Amino acid sequence: MADSTPPVEVTQEKDIRVVEFTNSRILDEGNITDIGRTLNVLIDERANPKLLLDFHTVDHLSSAALGMLINANNRIRQKNGQLRLAGIKPQIMEVFEITKLNRLFRILPGRAEALSSFAQ
Amino acid sequence: MPVSGSNRQSGRGADAAGNGTPVSAKMVFTINSDHDATLGVQQQILDRVENAGFAGRELFGIKLALLEAIANAINHGNKKDPAKHVHIEARISPKKIELLVEDEGPGFDRRGVPDPTADENLEKCSGRGILLIESYMGRVWWDRGGRRLRMVKEHIDSR
Repeated sequence: MADSTPPVEVTQEKDIRVVEFTNSRILDEGNITDIGRTLNVLIDERANPKLLLDFHTVDHLSSAALGMLINANNRIRQKNGQLRLAGIKPQIMEVFEITKLNRLFRILPGRAEALSSFAQ
Repeated sequence: MPVSGSNRQSGRGADAAGNGTPVSAKMVFTINSDHDATLGVQQQILDRVENAGFAGRELFGIKLALLEAIANAINHGNKKDPAKHVHIEARISPKKIELLVEDEGPGFDRRGVPDPTADENLEKCSGRGILLIESYMGRVWWDRGGRRLRMVKEHIDSR
């Protein structure tokens, strides 16, 4: 049953694309596929993409969602881009810590800190 | 769509002395190897888990473990074969959650699953489901050649 609401809202802060999830649960495969597709478009549209993923609405995510994020991270690095994650709630942060993906991603507490952390 | 949404609830209510002994409800489902088909089943189970008094990190972990177990059954066990089914059972009480997820695949050996937290595996896009299941559920074990997964979570305030 497809939800017609876009899975993410995308805004621009200078040369940084800010992606905010519209669904509090990045769990089901259809949703994850849609998000991954959207991220790929954003990564492909410029030479050195700068992407900030804002998780403040996210209450649940699955290992499939983590895989989607890793794929995005790999694609961004191939293009010498930068990726930041921000606004991750404690229960979600624990998932990143258990899987040690907090070592792979640059995770900042909030959007403001994340925006400031991008190298020019 | 579930093949059979047999939501069999067997349990007992108050004991003979009328002490209001908690009811342990058993739920049984058999579903197709389709992720959409599992959403309603997961929600039914998790509603019962929440009604039994599980909340916070415990509820979060049970939800994640159930989702990961079903995803593994569909993707890795049944190889997304629409002709194969996933059998799910849940026994829920205020003190303990017992979950069972069984696929119709060839089975597997848990010891052969790579550690997803190892440096060489960190950037791989899959392989974290079992780690998450084992991290959030108190007891986890497989039988029937790896086709059947059992998970138990006791409420932390249980005595």
